[in-house]
Amino acid sequence: MSNSFPYSNFNQYAFRVFRRNLTVFTKTWKTNIFFNFFEPLLYLAAMGWGLGSFVGEINGLSYIQFIAPGMIASSAMWSSSSECTYDSYVRLHYQKTYHAIVATPVQIDEVVVGDMLTGVFKSVLYGSVILLVITLLGLVPSLWALAVPLVLVLCGFVFAELGMVWTGLVPGIDSFSYFFTILITPMFLFSGVFFPLEALPETVRILAWFLPLYHIVILLRSLVLGVVTPALLLHAAWLIVFIVALFPLPLYLMRRRMVK
Amino acid sequence: MEPVVTAHQLRKHFGSIAAVDGIDFTIESGECFGILGPNGAGKTTTVAMIYCFLPVGGGTLTVLGKDVRHHSRVIKGCLGVVPQENNLDPDLTVVDNLLVYASYFGIPRAVALERALAQLDFFALSAKKNEEVENLSGGMKRRLTIARGLMNNPDILVLDEPTTGLDPEARHYIWQHLKHLKQNGLTIILTTHYLEEASQLCDRLIILDSGKILEEGSPVELVARHAGDNVIQIGIPHEHRQGLLAAAGTLLHGHLFIGESAYLFPGKTARQVMNSVSQMPQIGYIMQRPANLEDVFLKLTGRGFEGV
Repeated sequence: MSNSFPYSNFNQYAFRVFRRNLTVFTKTWKTNIFFNFFEPLLYLAAMGWGLGSFVGEINGLSYIQFIAPGMIASSAMWSSSSECTYDSYVRLHYQKTYHAIVATPVQIDEVVVGDMLTGVFKSVLYGSVILLVITLLGLVPSLWALAVPLVLVLCGFVFAELGMVWTGLVPGIDSFSYFFTILITPMFLFSGVFFPLEALPETVRILAWFLPLYHIVILLRSLVLGVVTPALLLHAAWLIVFIVALFPLPLYLMRRRMVK
Repeated sequence: MEPVVTAHQLRKHFGSIAAVDGIDFTIESGECFGILGPNGAGKTTTVAMIYCFLPVGGGTLTVLGKDVRHHSRVIKGCLGVVPQENNLDPDLTVVDNLLVYASYFGIPRAVALERALAQLDFFALSAKKNEEVENLSGGMKRRLTIARGLMNNPDILVLDEPTTGLDPEARHYIWQHLKHLKQNGLTIILTTHYLEEASQLCDRLIILDSGKILEEGSPVELVARHAGDNVIQIGIPHEHRQGLLAAAGTLLHGHLFIGESAYLFPGKTARQVMNSVSQMPQIGYIMQRPANLEDVFLKLTGRGFEGV
């Protein structure tokens, strides 16, 4: 009941599921977009302007300029991971949308991939909205910023996969708060969004290297500020390896959950 | 013609429980085939294997000439499925439910729209076209789910307890629609624990209990074979059971006691049996009625469909 090669689930059937989610999204996008870019803006205002007036320059940048690219990352991370946790779980468990879809030629793996593509879509969309806002605030000096959506695709896959792994495992919807408390929030705080990791002890810095958001933040900040070096390719490669290696796991877990 | 569904020694275990325990049946094209049984008999498990939701546990199952183990995508493309649990898409309107469902089959939008409007018309839902599905009544939701199952012009329509939980009027309304579809030559597979539903709709049925087939045949055949034309139902205390049988005498073809009720199967001798037993003073009530599938089930298992 599944394709033996997991990556072959990127097909027209998964795309049909993605299109279903898009149809629903077009009805609710106005409120969704507002709530998704409101929170990063609050951080930007409170931290950037408020806290920033007490903080000196960081690596030659004003504090608000330092954290602005991180807001793109956090918005993208939250939107993709909540799509593939709460939203997917509601469709799976409460609405039985998954059950309805797998009675058609679409297979369970493709439903999961369709949902993950939706997470990627939201990551790109909401991250780009923040990019637009900080551009209007004059915080984006470089045209390299046009490459930000590519990083947001990687960011979307990372958190869609992590979220879907959790969705494949959780006993109930309440358990998603652990996902955010244990995984997402620490990543948000310790991936260099708010301060350079050089401030932390060596061991913490080494641990941060294992966090995907760390690499995403470096990529985004470098592109937004136009400090582009070949070393960025290594960060991109780190993310691609992570995405490709993890990809089969959420499919396996969701299949195990659905098919008895 | 080849049967459209063939099951051979079909099995499904959940842990140590055998939900379906080695059953054989075939379904012919154009018939309405019933799978009848009490809750937990294995009806849903059986049809869920037919529509490739549950993997087959053992034995073989072919649908439209194809093995469900290897051709689930092709088979699912040719089936219409109406599951027991309502799983309409609450994020979408009535008509979008049909259009988005059609898109899973890769049906072009224009074709889908034409079919959707025709289905809404057939199921008397046109006025609700742009309504949110949450706002529909139970009967309307069921009709919409059946309409959805027809969007791909299926070769077989699979309905899992299509009228459970509906009021009698909504139920009759759905039967009417299903009879229409049957007249147009659609093959229908139906599970139910409503015996009236089975007698109204099914050409042929199997009776399942604890994952095994108890009986097989047309509703009329089964009733004639096991219960005869009439049943005499009598209210009588336990201690007078033997007295009742003695009074009925050798005329009886069969009998059954459940609690304070006795069911006598008099065959062609209903009048004589009525005359002789109605004299007993211990009788609470006595009633003669046409035999039905419930009597068949009672006789086969010694208990009612809802459990005793």
